[in-house]
Amino acid sequence: MTEKIIGVMRIAGFNVFVPVIRLIQGENRDEQLKLLWRTIGIQGVTLGVFLGLWALIAPQIKTNLGQVPGPAQVWEQIQSLSLEYRMETKNRKAFAVTEKARVEQKRAENPGLEVKMRRYSGRPTFLDQIFTSLVTVFTGFLLASLVAIPLGVLCGLNRTLMSALNPLIQVFKPVSPVAWLPIVTMVVSAVYTVPQPWLEKAFIISAITVSLCAIWPSLINTALGVASIDKDYINVARVLKLKFSTKIFKIVLPAALPYIFTGLRISLGVGWMVLIAAELLSQNPGLGKFVWDEFQNGSSQSLARIMVAIFTIGLIGFILDRIMVTLHKWVSFGHGTAGA
Amino acid sequence: MIEKPYLHFSGISKIFTDPKGEPYPAVEGFELRVAKGEFVSIIGHSGCGKSTVLMMTAGLSEVVIGGIFLDDKLIDEAGPDRAVVFQSPSLLPWLSALDNVLLGVNRVYPHAAKETRLDLCKYYLNKVGLGKDIHKKAADLSNGMKQRVGIARAFALKPKLLLLDEPFGMLDSLTRADLQEVLLEVWNTEKITALMVTHDVDEAIFLSDRVVMMTSGPSACVGDILPISFARPRHKAQVMEQTSYYQYREHLIRFLEDGKDKKAAHGMVSSIGDGASHF
Ligand SMILES: Nc1ncnc2c1ncn2[C@@H]1O[C@H](COP(=O)(O)OP(=O)(O)OP(=O)(O)O)[C@@H](O)[C@H]1O
Ligand SMILES: [Mg+2]
Repeated sequence: MTEKIIGVMRIAGFNVFVPVIRLIQGENRDEQLKLLWRTIGIQGVTLGVFLGLWALIAPQIKTNLGQVPGPAQVWEQIQSLSLEYRMETKNRKAFAVTEKARVEQKRAENPGLEVKMRRYSGRPTFLDQIFTSLVTVFTGFLLASLVAIPLGVLCGLNRTLMSALNPLIQVFKPVSPVAWLPIVTMVVSAVYTVPQPWLEKAFIISAITVSLCAIWPSLINTALGVASIDKDYINVARVLKLKFSTKIFKIVLPAALPYIFTGLRISLGVGWMVLIAAELLSQNPGLGKFVWDEFQNGSSQSLARIMVAIFTIGLIGFILDRIMVTLHKWVSFGHGTAGA
Repeated sequence: MIEKPYLHFSGISKIFTDPKGEPYPAVEGFELRVAKGEFVSIIGHSGCGKSTVLMMTAGLSEVVIGGIFLDDKLIDEAGPDRAVVFQSPSLLPWLSALDNVLLGVNRVYPHAAKETRLDLCKYYLNKVGLGKDIHKKAADLSNGMKQRVGIARAFALKPKLLLLDEPFGMLDSLTRADLQEVLLEVWNTEKITALMVTHDVDEAIFLSDRVVMMTSGPSACVGDILPISFARPRHKAQVMEQTSYYQYREHLIRFLEDGKDKKAAHGMVSSIGDGASHF
């Protein structure tokens, strides 16, 4: 049982907690304590030193918006943001109740008339922005993967296609999201002219910008993974004269899966970075816009709030990466020495 | 000589391009006739072109000059009528033993009922002694077990021709002896024409009806053929009691030793600078 939990922890990359579990189980105490100190202890010390230096240096720097905030001010803003969130939720609920009453009354007065519910028009909270960013990054990431994986498989199987596409890939890969943004904005504005859009234009622009930057690592790694499949496996497919689809799903994809997931992991990381920049520049809703709004707002708390956003962005990026690492290790199982 | 061969190599040649871009004639004028139901082994020095011949027969590598005919048809592509057992057990590690066999069976009997197909797979897996491990992932099987599955996979295709490229080369000698018995047992009931490449003189004698000795490359071809006249079914202990066993052994080893000398002599000649003169 213990070993099972530890196995899961290892896959998820939480090696740090392994000694804790062993300690709880009462295994060789001294050694586990030493291990614990070497991981959690040292990380704790690093964090302490970081916070200390920050608290020391930050007040020394004066800006137009006052001092650079230290840890205490940032902590204050975390609380203030959470308070705001609770207030907003309350307001929203209250609005829903009064609005429902209003509509029902109107309907009673005038049965024939179509009465519409008005939407609550409060400011999006910090949590709303996080949610928007997450939805956008996953949409863009999904879009990129849907193109990158099939195209990568075809490139990996076909050297001609690979060398045909290679120059394009090499040129577009290093392009920064900032450069894509204006073009994507113009194109989407020109093409996407639905009168009552189901998806917001800003959302589409951000998602497409994310895909344009996230597509390359997945594409390259998939192609590499497919191209380096053990020749014996391909020979098996040839001897059995497998149908193309069987070959892809039974042999090519499983064999290349570890590579594909390496690519997807990099793509998601790139996508997350790109998204924040895109939101900030084009002021599309999300965490990037939150940062920009606070910057424009220019109140004495703005810098502290931006720092909260920075930590949030970092933390979410870290969690996304952990998820991908876990998936990667999971698909690499049963692969013997192949890939990974 | 066999009058109407089931499998015929009509003096085939294979020319590779070596890393310097020069043509390298690995095999030249390889002529061999194999009767239906015969078990033929090919032995020869490392790098002489045994695998090349086998891969051409499988259709995985192109014949440059001449042709290989199976049942009067020219071999021009790979297909499930020529099952291959590779040296490294090339099972798909993410599939179970059963699914590995099923992959081929599904391909060869697409219209059979699912039950029938499963039974067929299980029958062969049972025969190679894998009865209870059939649901294990191939990655979790030992090398010996994997090669058992490889053999089951090949026989389950009911091929016209069985091609084995040093199938037991990677195994320890105990496992190897076991698997030779397993292979022979299955083969005895099916009598599928088989072509096996091996380094192991004893293995060749024990399993084959004829042993083909290839000369050393470049331009390797058939150097000598030794018919093995032990009755079937064979058992290792009985076979090794016969005096002819040691005569066969002697014959094969002498051929290989001679080849080595020639190879050394040839190496000396080319090092002097007269690269064009071999033999
Ligand atoms: N794809 C290739 N390109 C160039 N040369 C090749 C290629 N494949 C094989 N050769 C050469 O052809 C010769 C025969 O190779 P082959 O693999 O058939 O030998 P083999 O008899 O099977 O050796 P071994 O017993 O070591 O498996 C070797 O000299 C090898 O270097
Ligand atoms: Mg070989």
